[in-house]
Amino acid sequence: MQRGNKRLDYLLIMGLLSFLALPWYRVEGGFFAFEWLSGFLSSSDLVPGILQIFAEGRGWLALALALFLLGAGGRLIDDPDKRGKLLVVAGSLGILYMTFQGLAISFNGWAWTIMDTSFGSLQMGQPAMGAGAILLSLVFVLFIAFGFAERGVMKGDAFVVGSISVLVFLVTVFIFYPIGSMFVGSVQDFDGSFKPDGFIENMQDPSIWSLNCVVGAGRCGVAWRTLFLALLSGAGSTLLGLAFALVATRTNFPFKKGLRLLTVLPIITPPFVIGLALTLLFGRAGVVTEGLHFLFGIEPSRWLYGLTGIWIAQVLSFTPIAFLVLIGVVEGVSPSMEEASQTLRADRWRTFWKVSLPLMKPGLANAFLIGFIESMADFGNPLVLGGSHGVLSTEIFFAVVGSQVDPSRAAVLAIVLLSFTLTAFLAQRLWLSGKNFATVTGKGDSGAHAGLPKSLSISVYGIVVPWMMFTVIVYGMIIFGGFVKTWGLDHSLTLEHYARAFSVSFENGALAWTGVAWNSFWTTMEIALISAPLTAAVGLLTAYIIVRQKFAGKSAFEFALMMSFAIPGTVIGISYIMAFNLPPIEMTGSALILVACFVFRNMPVGVRGGIAAMSQIDKSLDEASLTLKANSARTLRKVILPLLRPAITAALVYSFVRAITSISAVIFLVSAEYNMATSYIVGLVENGEYGIAIAYSSMLIVVMITVITCFQLLVGDRRLRRENRCPASPRHVNFV
Amino acid sequence: MTSMTPGSVVFKNVRKNFGSFTAIHDLSLTIEPGTLVTLLGPSGCGKTTTLRMLAGLEHPTSGRIFIGGKDVTMLPAHERDVSMVFQSYALFPHMNALENVAYGLESSGFSKREAKERAEDGLEQVGLANMGHRLPAELSGGQQQRVAVARALVLEPQVLLLDEPLSNLDARLRRKVRTEIRELQQRLGFTAVYVTHDQDEALAVSDRIVVMKDGEIAQAGTPQCLYDEPVSAFIADFMGEANVVACNVIEHVGDQAVIDVGGLEHRLPSRQSKVGQAKLAVRPGSVVLDPDANSGLGGEILTSAYLGDHVEYEVETPVGNFFVIDHTVERSLSPKTAVSLGFRNRGLALIEG
Ligand SMILES: Nc1ncnc2c1ncn2[C@@H]1O[C@H](COP(=O)(O)OP(=O)(O)O)[C@@H](O)[C@H]1O
Ligand SMILES: [Mg+2]
Repeated sequence: MQRGNKRLDYLLIMGLLSFLALPWYRVEGGFFAFEWLSGFLSSSDLVPGILQIFAEGRGWLALALALFLLGAGGRLIDDPDKRGKLLVVAGSLGILYMTFQGLAISFNGWAWTIMDTSFGSLQMGQPAMGAGAILLSLVFVLFIAFGFAERGVMKGDAFVVGSISVLVFLVTVFIFYPIGSMFVGSVQDFDGSFKPDGFIENMQDPSIWSLNCVVGAGRCGVAWRTLFLALLSGAGSTLLGLAFALVATRTNFPFKKGLRLLTVLPIITPPFVIGLALTLLFGRAGVVTEGLHFLFGIEPSRWLYGLTGIWIAQVLSFTPIAFLVLIGVVEGVSPSMEEASQTLRADRWRTFWKVSLPLMKPGLANAFLIGFIESMADFGNPLVLGGSHGVLSTEIFFAVVGSQVDPSRAAVLAIVLLSFTLTAFLAQRLWLSGKNFATVTGKGDSGAHAGLPKSLSISVYGIVVPWMMFTVIVYGMIIFGGFVKTWGLDHSLTLEHYARAFSVSFENGALAWTGVAWNSFWTTMEIALISAPLTAAVGLLTAYIIVRQKFAGKSAFEFALMMSFAIPGTVIGISYIMAFNLPPIEMTGSALILVACFVFRNMPVGVRGGIAAMSQIDKSLDEASLTLKANSARTLRKVILPLLRPAITAALVYSFVRAITSISAVIFLVSAEYNMATSYIVGLVENGEYGIAIAYSSMLIVVMITVITCFQLLVGDRRLRRENRCPASPRHVNFV
Repeated sequence: MTSMTPGSVVFKNVRKNFGSFTAIHDLSLTIEPGTLVTLLGPSGCGKTTTLRMLAGLEHPTSGRIFIGGKDVTMLPAHERDVSMVFQSYALFPHMNALENVAYGLESSGFSKREAKERAEDGLEQVGLANMGHRLPAELSGGQQQRVAVARALVLEPQVLLLDEPLSNLDARLRRKVRTEIRELQQRLGFTAVYVTHDQDEALAVSDRIVVMKDGEIAQAGTPQCLYDEPVSAFIADFMGEANVVACNVIEHVGDQAVIDVGGLEHRLPSRQSKVGQAKLAVRPGSVVLDPDANSGLGGEILTSAYLGDHVEYEVETPVGNFFVIDHTVERSLSPKTAVSLGFRNRGLALIEG
């Protein structure tokens, strides 16, 4: 039990530190500013836990201390079974108590009236948890983990049990707690008392649920409009994606490389940029609108602003994702199936219709649902193009920042949106389970894919070529738009927008970042660079646990994680501000909330990539390492991570880029101090400053391409001079 | 690698379930220090599971495991004093041979330099002294296998575990490598648990063989004991082929039994047999065919196949068909020939049920 003692000792030291050496409660102005050091033992807000109990009169914390000491007592027990049991008990009680006291006691005493009546009122309250309280909670979680490890759970591997426990804890705090808070918030009044009126009223609101466009005159409710849009966007992007995939794999199209390049675009394009470019083309002052007016006298109209415009923008945005998914699916159809069909006297058309297409069905469903969920979650394009015809995600936003602030309405809309996306997610899971025929066998299938039937290949070209040109024009607009003085009025070229956004000057011998964009730009970079490695680490650790470890509740664990991917950013945003602006955890207005948001929003992609990559590393390598006296932490570091380099790069790049381009959650969480590039750009668009907005967006795209390249060089490749026995990248991409 | 202290291995009533499926039923087994014991059995009988429980890669559902007298049941793999050679070798593809061999030493806390020296020593032991800088992909199958053995051996474990170590080698190499492994084991004197499904291999390398069937031990003993005294038709057939036929035990004379097989009388060690109906296992090479005689057990040749150094026959008799290997190749009998069968003294055993 040598090893068990050592790790427990570390944990006990951590626990002591949490009581003795750290401010127990949240430090105004930020922990990492370290300004608390000066008032640490004197100022009543900053003193450590031990003084909170004995000097400040927050007696309820004594129970937490007692539970910690109970667990510490385990150090004296030698029998691993008994010690494990004690640790588990102390840890569980500890974490429960920390949660309870955090929720039940707020600024001014009991948070719930029921406590007042049953325990009498409390003399003083408490601010949000700080470094000490959080560290102690973590210690309790690890008590549980080490306790289980001592009792032989997970083959006694403390690292694995610890990782699982901490991950579950984090996911609970950063995903389930906020979502739960949102539900609670929807039936609460401003002062926190139970008042379901707002909830009931909003749930029945005809502006959400009206079916007037079908049965009467007028517009349908926003819920139906959003659903309708999502169905159309899903269908549109799937069809286009399939056409692209067929062209890329089954024809002799000369620009296949270019097609593949397309798949990178949606990743590096901030979501509202497409909408912006469309405005420049087809808006009231757009080039095409003006041109048509000039040539044919067609009156400029506002047709773009509304569902049509959003739909076009979304199909443009999501087609590459569908393409990415479907190219794997189309390639995954085993050529020998098609060859078999052809030897059975089926012509190309029949082969495609009766064999290839049915085999692709699950993939098509997958692509459709991805488009559907993405459309539901899309916030940028509707914000730019929606006008007054909003969708759920924008309505949520306006319920929070609009003229009438109505948190209950925002919560209700968010719940509606969440039900839609989660239903789609569940449908996808059900539909896909057991239906994945188009899988790669690993044994190289020789043979060639059947060519497309003539008529089909003509129509596929007919779709793909114009759409590609359209995409090129749209992206051309993004670059070009930054150099044009005023759209619709003055098309002379200028560098003015770039200068206003990104100028620098020397003042008093120091560099001054005078451009208006710098502030948000550096914040964005900082936050993206902090959250990228965290996301990758959390994601890959989770993947390791999912692929390599077996434990009760694993599929639930995996499912919950993947489900969080189907939670729209807007919902995350609204739930974060509802959960984290009051004790026990207060983070709004800080950089921390942005980092947390990015880590937990983007983690599922890291998990997915990690799972795909890790499934290709033979399990016996880990086992060999374990029998060679390396514990699982060392195995992970020395054997698995080096072999996972491509997946690490991908996770890093993805989370970095998503942190830069995402808007939906971010827009709720930014503050004056921590403004992000995307929300700043949206602000510019709202003020009609398209030039700078476009200039800033193109700058972001350039920066992302640069950083991606750097990441790639930094992480490097696997040092294996060998033929990879399995293909290095999974051919079958399952996105959501 | 000269100062190994071999450890004993004890399984006490070990049971292993995977969900509702029981892979190992109630395994009790003792392995003496310094011996090479083979777990032999058809695919899926639980050999690998047994080995993995010993390595700590699986934990038993119930029962206890001791290594070198110490209870290791709950100990994770990396804290056990065993090491393992994997069927797939599991060499780390991103490390060269030397790094692979040094890996376990560094994990055990040796300094980098010491680990390197010992690793070089280990590679030399398996005859790969100057291959250290090569990546696994740059080594032949046989060399990879030896790196895997060296990697496990340099840790000087109490017990070395080998899971079908030869299955990825071609037939010619197999014979050579198994001799090398046995030679290494005897020179260094470590305890080894060796898993295979190939009875030839088991017979060639083992001090003792444990034959498993459906998660249980079917029989354990020295190679000779298993070959000569199988306790069941399964063992008899698995340890080299055997014809199993019904017979009648007439009487016991001393430790011999007199049996009657379709009219042919024969004497053989009685073992635990009782007078009355019994089963007899006969090795194909222990049947003598005589086309001229007309006594004892009569039969007729059904098929015959000439295989160079011997001829294989299938012979129909009243007690059942016999598969016979006959080394008198100069006399090849054609189908439909009537023969009478006799038995040699060795290669017959009375078996259970
Ligand atoms: N991890 C596992 N989960 C479920 N069943 C398993 C697992 N490992 C082995 N088994 C089952 O246990 C039985 C014994 O397997 P194994 O020990 O690998 O056999 P072998 O003797 O061929 O090495 C097999 O039926 C196998 O399917
Ligand atoms: Mg096996």
